[in-house]
Amino acid sequence: MDIHEYQAKEILSRFGVTVPPGGLAYSPEQAAYRARELGGNRWIVKAQVHAGGRGKAGGVKLCSSEHEIHEATNAMFGRKLVTHQTGPEGKGIYRVYVEGAVDFSREIYLGFVLDRSSQRVMIVASSEGGMEIEEISEKRPESIVRSTVEPAVGLQEFQAREIAYALKIPPALTQQMVRTLQGCYRAFNELDATMVEINPLVITADNRILALDAKMTFDGNALFRHPQVSELRDKSQEDPREANAADRGLAYIGLSGNIGCIVNGAGLAMATMDTIKLAGGEPANFLDIGGGATPERVAKAFRLVMSDGNVQAILVNIFAGINRCDWVAEGVVQALTANPVDVPVIVRLSGTNVEEGQKILAKSGLPIIRANTLMEAAERAVMAWKNDRKQNTKVRAV
Amino acid sequence: MSIFLDRSSRIVVQGITGRMAQFHTKEMLDYGSNVVAGVVPGKGGETVFGIPVFDTVKQAVAATGADTSLVFVPPPFAADSIMEAADGGIRYCVCITDGIPAQDMIRVKRYMMRYPRERRMVLTGPNCAGTISPGKALLGIMPPHIYLPGNVGIVSRSGTLGYEAAQQLKDRGIGVSTSVGIGGDPINGSSFRDVLERFEADPDTHIVCMIGEIGGPQEAEAASYIQDHMTKPVIAYIAGLTAPKGRTMGHAGAIISAFGESASEKVEILTAAGVTVAENPSVIGETVARVMAKRAA
Repeated sequence: MDIHEYQAKEILSRFGVTVPPGGLAYSPEQAAYRARELGGNRWIVKAQVHAGGRGKAGGVKLCSSEHEIHEATNAMFGRKLVTHQTGPEGKGIYRVYVEGAVDFSREIYLGFVLDRSSQRVMIVASSEGGMEIEEISEKRPESIVRSTVEPAVGLQEFQAREIAYALKIPPALTQQMVRTLQGCYRAFNELDATMVEINPLVITADNRILALDAKMTFDGNALFRHPQVSELRDKSQEDPREANAADRGLAYIGLSGNIGCIVNGAGLAMATMDTIKLAGGEPANFLDIGGGATPERVAKAFRLVMSDGNVQAILVNIFAGINRCDWVAEGVVQALTANPVDVPVIVRLSGTNVEEGQKILAKSGLPIIRANTLMEAAERAVMAWKNDRKQNTKVRAV
Repeated sequence: MSIFLDRSSRIVVQGITGRMAQFHTKEMLDYGSNVVAGVVPGKGGETVFGIPVFDTVKQAVAATGADTSLVFVPPPFAADSIMEAADGGIRYCVCITDGIPAQDMIRVKRYMMRYPRERRMVLTGPNCAGTISPGKALLGIMPPHIYLPGNVGIVSRSGTLGYEAAQQLKDRGIGVSTSVGIGGDPINGSSFRDVLERFEADPDTHIVCMIGEIGGPQEAEAASYIQDHMTKPVIAYIAGLTAPKGRTMGHAGAIISAFGESASEKVEILTAAGVTVAENPSVIGETVARVMAKRAA
């Protein structure tokens, strides 16, 4: 789960990381008022969206009067910010954060991630802050310092000092750097984060270490023990269909194609998308309905997939092991009888009692196209979608 | 032979009184798995299908000689149960639970290291379908009848894609020595490499079918092990060629967040290591059959 920059800064400052004073605003008037509260004569206003790359996309503005703040935020509110991380649909701007502008002499990159190789928390730091980490590892790989944390004892001071020395932090600031690193690690560990990123962490003109930006992502599997983190969820930043599916226990991700998929199991769902592509089509979504493909789940899945207006054919791919194919077939028939869909439906069943399942589909009288293998199903889905477009009529049962 | 699991494995089911655990315990008993105990704190003294339930793993091990465990405990308590198994003398543990916090798994892995190698428990999963040595024993939630006994080792992150492979093999009359689910989580008990080492050493496994997906370094690590140390042929399938970057595809671990984690990069790395990669999931069985025939010739 992602949170906003201002929320991450609030959390990190509780753990001893120094952040600039700032104020949150929900309207241009509030933004201007926040600037007056903060004082000074130059401010940064930042669109609060769950995505990186805000600066280049016009989501961060330097302003030197309340009037400028009003104008800049007026242009932001209600708009969709499109960055290289948001996809073409962008993310809505409903909150902005106002901070006093800070003069700094150096920018540092600081990241805490779950390292899957060492199976530990890893600190990734670079003296080349300001750039994104992908760009740093491409252009200045030698500037990157890595250190993993022993989970039994946490981040030790010597490790934090080693990082500070490797980044050539001025000696007078070593201790503050150690406190920053240890604060980030404690926040990561105690709140079950999966990522903490400060980019840039700056050394100010008046020789302080300050987190100018902050990003935190939390482990969705650990939210049960962090209700105060769950409260930070902002549904306006989520795809409504995905959020809706997640609330109903379905893993759904919308994509840009037009062949909808209903599959049990995440691996099989990805494999189904891949096979559609191989057959010359484009998948409209990832959808894992879970191991037990009950009729209720199948019905929910059809409604969800059809809520995407681009869907022109639906491929159902179920491996029924302990839940037999005949039972899954009954579920598909029930779902389609109760809620008919106006696009071709291709069903491929595999596993236990395949023949009985096929018979049930055939006898249903519903326009269901059957297939034996996944490749066959994908080819038929692509063909049905193309025919459907050409004739603009429903494809009859095969 | 087989790996991890055979007729002599004495199984304890942790969380045996839950609805799903009972269902799958029954399936395991019907298959002939030697389930000797259950563990549920506070329910010691009860029985499930005539199997005695104990309060602690240590009690279960002392009373029944259990050496293998299946963890069916809800996510908030699963890590604790795995550590209890490791401390209680269990040698092989499968954790089915989906949704364990990643940092709990970091602690579990660290905790297991406190035992010397010869006493250290092997964990597969979490978030997996389990392990089966066909004709011998089932330790998990897979439909056992799709597996014929034979000589193909299967190792898969995904449950249903592993079933898909087993079914395609069965349709061709090809059997399986052991099928191991390593699970879909970012931090897991055993990696592809760990399981490949076992298959390489198992005389009854002649060929290995490895089913990976996007996210994480374990397919690439497997590739370098295969290239340097493996004498048996490996065929692979990698799911997620069309998965967008930075999105979690159902499995917590199925997310492309670094170089080398996309499906196309993994296919490239495995191919370069001499692995035969099936182009689509419908031809996994066919590809195994082809490589077996070539080896026999």
